[in-house]
Amino acid sequence: MNWIDIGHIDDIPLRGARLVKTPVGCVAIFRTAEAEVFAASNTCPHKAGPLSEGILHGQKVTCPLHNWVFDLNTGEAQGADEGRIATYPVRLDGDRILLDGIAVGKRSAA
Amino acid sequence: MTKKLIVIGAGMASGRMLEHLIDANPDAYDITLFNAEPRGNYNRLMLSPVLSGEKTYEEIVTHDAAWYEERGVTCRFGEKVVAIDTENKVVTGENGALPYDKLVIATGSNPFIIPLPGHDLPGVIPYRDLEDTEAMMALGAGKRAVVIGGGLLGLEAAAGMAARGTEVDVVHIMGHLMERQLDEAAGYLLRRSLTQKGIRVHCKANSKQILSDDNGHVRALQLDDGTELPCDLLVMAVGIRPSTALGKEAGLEVNRGIVVDDHMVTSNPDVLALGECVEHAGAIFGLVAPLYDQAKVLAKTLLGEEARFVQKEVATKLKVTGCDLFSAGDFAEGEGREDIVFRDPARGVYKRLILEGNRLIGAVMYGDTADGAWFHGLIKDATDVEEMRETLIFGPAYQGGAAADPMAAVAALPRDAEICGCNGVCKGQIEDAINAGAGDLGAVRAKTKASASCGTCTGLVEQILSATLGDAFVIPAAQSVCGCTDLSHEDVRRLIKSQELKSQEAVWQELGWTTRNGCHVCRPAVNFYLLADWPLDYVDDPQSRFVNERNHANIQKDGTYSVMPRMWGGMTTPQELMAIALAAEKYGATVKVTGGQRIDLLGVKKEDLPGIWHDLNEAGMVSGHAYTKGLRTVKTCVGSEWCRFGTQDSTGLGIALERRLWGSWTPHKVKLGVSGCPRNCAEATCKDVGIVCVDSGFQIGVAGAAGMDVKETERLVDVPTEEEAMEWTVAFIQLYRENAKYLDRPYKWVAKVGLDWVKETLADAAERQALVERFDLSQSVYQKDPWAEQAKPEVARRFHPLADLTLEAAE
Ligand code: SRM
Ligand SMILES: Cc1cc2nc3c(=O)[nH]c(=O)nc-3n(C[C@H](O)[C@H](O)[C@H](O)COP(=O)(O)OP(=O)(O)OC[C@H]3O[C@@H](n4cnc5c(N)ncnc54)[C@H](O)[C@@H]3O)c2cc1C
Ligand code: SF4
Ligand code: FES
Repeated sequence: MNWIDIGHIDDIPLRGARLVKTPVGCVAIFRTAEAEVFAASNTCPHKAGPLSEGILHGQKVTCPLHNWVFDLNTGEAQGADEGRIATYPVRLDGDRILLDGIAVGKRSAA
Repeated sequence: MTKKLIVIGAGMASGRMLEHLIDANPDAYDITLFNAEPRGNYNRLMLSPVLSGEKTYEEIVTHDAAWYEERGVTCRFGEKVVAIDTENKVVTGENGALPYDKLVIATGSNPFIIPLPGHDLPGVIPYRDLEDTEAMMALGAGKRAVVIGGGLLGLEAAAGMAARGTEVDVVHIMGHLMERQLDEAAGYLLRRSLTQKGIRVHCKANSKQILSDDNGHVRALQLDDGTELPCDLLVMAVGIRPSTALGKEAGLEVNRGIVVDDHMVTSNPDVLALGECVEHAGAIFGLVAPLYDQAKVLAKTLLGEEARFVQKEVATKLKVTGCDLFSAGDFAEGEGREDIVFRDPARGVYKRLILEGNRLIGAVMYGDTADGAWFHGLIKDATDVEEMRETLIFGPAYQGGAAADPMAAVAALPRDAEICGCNGVCKGQIEDAINAGAGDLGAVRAKTKASASCGTCTGLVEQILSATLGDAFVIPAAQSVCGCTDLSHEDVRRLIKSQELKSQEAVWQELGWTTRNGCHVCRPAVNFYLLADWPLDYVDDPQSRFVNERNHANIQKDGTYSVMPRMWGGMTTPQELMAIALAAEKYGATVKVTGGQRIDLLGVKKEDLPGIWHDLNEAGMVSGHAYTKGLRTVKTCVGSEWCRFGTQDSTGLGIALERRLWGSWTPHKVKLGVSGCPRNCAEATCKDVGIVCVDSGFQIGVAGAAGMDVKETERLVDVPTEEEAMEWTVAFIQLYRENAKYLDRPYKWVAKVGLDWVKETLADAAERQALVERFDLSQSVYQKDPWAEQAKPEVARRFHPLADLTLEAAE
């Protein structure tokens, strides 16, 4: 692991998301509760909808284009839809959001 | 010779430690106990019951003078220790020095005081000891107090003072109470209970300064927004800091607390420490349970026996009568988790369990905490709960047991809850009618008139029938909003009104939602219902909206956006056209004329949205709301101004209507048309509201459609003047806003409630006027250009990525 500080928890609205550009593409950081964050690919496997723009509910996100629903824990599409988005290690250290640099393709520390 | 032990601080932790030590070996040490407070050990936790009057101080004393005397403990109470000399092993108190062989530091913690202007005024106190408690008790009825801090201590202080008749305001900086121990749902219930006790709770409130009266005594707390909360006493309960000054000056290792090892020994082998003043393995402590474990370990260490302190999960309870809450473990933070939620609106119960794999890792409960200890046990022991997963939430008694009752929300309603808004019929009247023999919907309608008008409360009446008659009445299956609830949209709308539910948390709890915060289907609907019914109380939640409404532009298939400024009634100017042209060029947008008489700029990148909005704003244009469930366009024709057939100023009326209605949120989008004569060039007869001008005035048609269904409008009314045309249109739209199901266009809604009911309601001049007033009230909050707000730099940041890790990777 190579934890990189990417911002303050309040930079992300509650039940909202922000993007981080990484070597593996755009990663969405979702804030599902006061102190609960997830990181996953921003790109919907259906038709590339931007998942960071979806509605967050519980620990799931609904794609804004055609309503596929993904569990942020596993990245798996829910219900009848089949597909998976990549998820990445992310954690909170107090108010700071830390993303695992290695998982998103960054070799050295910032 | 007996070794000399000095203990600094006669608090909860050292008290328990002395019991263990003396029980095990009364002669091991010659003990001297210093305490800054002029008394011995009492049960600090129980200060709250003393404050509220449920206990007296005498009842909470744990060690009285006799206790110390019998055990030969020398007491130096009311004497503060001012220095420790670890080299010579001497402690200096205010009344002189004393040597030790072993020293125990148990100085607890200091309340944190926010350094607001005025924090040192007389009448500003923390909540820590008997003196503080007595100051609060002295207030009594007729006086006012403000408590800063909505955590455990602050709320106990508030409830205690309220119980003595003091008027109390609680000011809390976070979005919900006790946010460290509770989630939003439990925080909502707690707030409700406290409000019922007459305590005013202000969340998300920032304190600015403390104001004094002419005598230099505290007079009021002023908040950031200028609000002044008058008070005779101000209690600050915003947290504690380990009391480490003595340790630090003595040269002991100190981080946040005095550092101790597993044996409770500090960096000096002859100095031990325990309680809230210590730090163990990076953690500091604020609840008593782990301190008791420390006490046991420290006593053994003093006696030369092997023992180690291990941190465990602690559970929280609040000692306020009638506020039954429990929280343990971890209920936020982290990945790989699953929630189980149970709500019983009838009993005001909320329970949430947090699972990780097959283990329970957290539990939050409100209202019924009987199973708290059992859940706490499962958490501490990391029990595999796979087998009982399905019924886990019902606790140990119900293993194999009950499911949530779909009718709980209706059963929970009080008898005076209004069910039928049209005819003002309450639940009690319906129950009485049923008990008097009305056995089906028709009979209830005949007897009470409930559900006999617009019919949207039919579902609720049926549920009351079922709840009253039991199996004798079978509810026809109504479609529920989504999987999170068994209630229909109409039921939810009705209950939000009659129960005065004014927040999402209130809806989830009082209506028994089975999920934590709804889903993409119900949350946008509930968000709309709340803001439509309570425009002044509820604040619109962008995170409960579809992407277009959150980003104020239509998302396109490639993730870019389209931007469409308003063009009032289809009229524009050369200046506007030039500004649009410049913006299109600057941001590389494709230009299209829409079917709604305005211009669309397609293919704008998300990052560019604030910029293009800013440019269009500069030219005097506002958002066209081409993306909202709200007013879209008012299509007009050229009318009497230009057209040889025009009978009225259709363009002018269209513009006036658009200016009046823009910015309002509606159940689905709303489009209007105003044609200057029956030739109908503005296609008014297929709009949600379409006005056709004639010589004698205005024919107002409603409920037309030209999308997935095509349908001609139906005549609502003919009126002679423009003012009346405006009034009827606004009233119709407000009626639609207040009653329709989310995502029903007006034609669908009118088909459900019947045009006759709409006509009848609006024909009542007073009712029409009231609807217009309510619409205007809502507009006073919501009629503002979202582009202008979003283009502000501090908001515009959100349209950019949070971080860019690709740049650094290239280095
Ligand atoms: C831009 C425009 C087409 C055009 O190039 O002219 C348009 C574009 C869209 N329409 Fe429309 N409609 C446009 C006029 C119409 C009209 C004609 C009109 O307004 O005179 C209709 C028929 C009248 C009506 O509203 O019923 C129309 C009926 C629909 C419907 C069907 C609504 C229905 O209740 O049946 C949808 C779907 C929906 O809203 O759920 C829709 C949805 C859409 C959406 C927002 C689809 C979406 O969610 O992404 C399209 C956005 C495209 C984009 O990428 O930006 N659009 N749409 C028109 C914008 C008008 C404006 O100035 O605001
Ligand atoms: C109103 C209230 C309600 C609470 N309710 C709960 C609850 O419900 N559950 C729970 O788990 N916890 C509760 N707590 C917290 C709990 O009381 C503390 O965790 C506990 O008292 C800490 O024990 P301690 O021995 O470390 O410190 P204390 O009990 O504070 O004892 C420290 C003592 O050291 C003395 N002292 C400090 N410096 C010096 C010095 N230089 N010289 C001499 N003496 C000194 C102080 O005067 C004090 O008497 C509550 C606290 C308060 C104030
Ligand atoms: S008709 Fe409307 S929704 Fe359909 S493709 Fe055209 S713009 Fe899109
Ligand atoms: S692109 Fe995500 S559901 Fe279609």
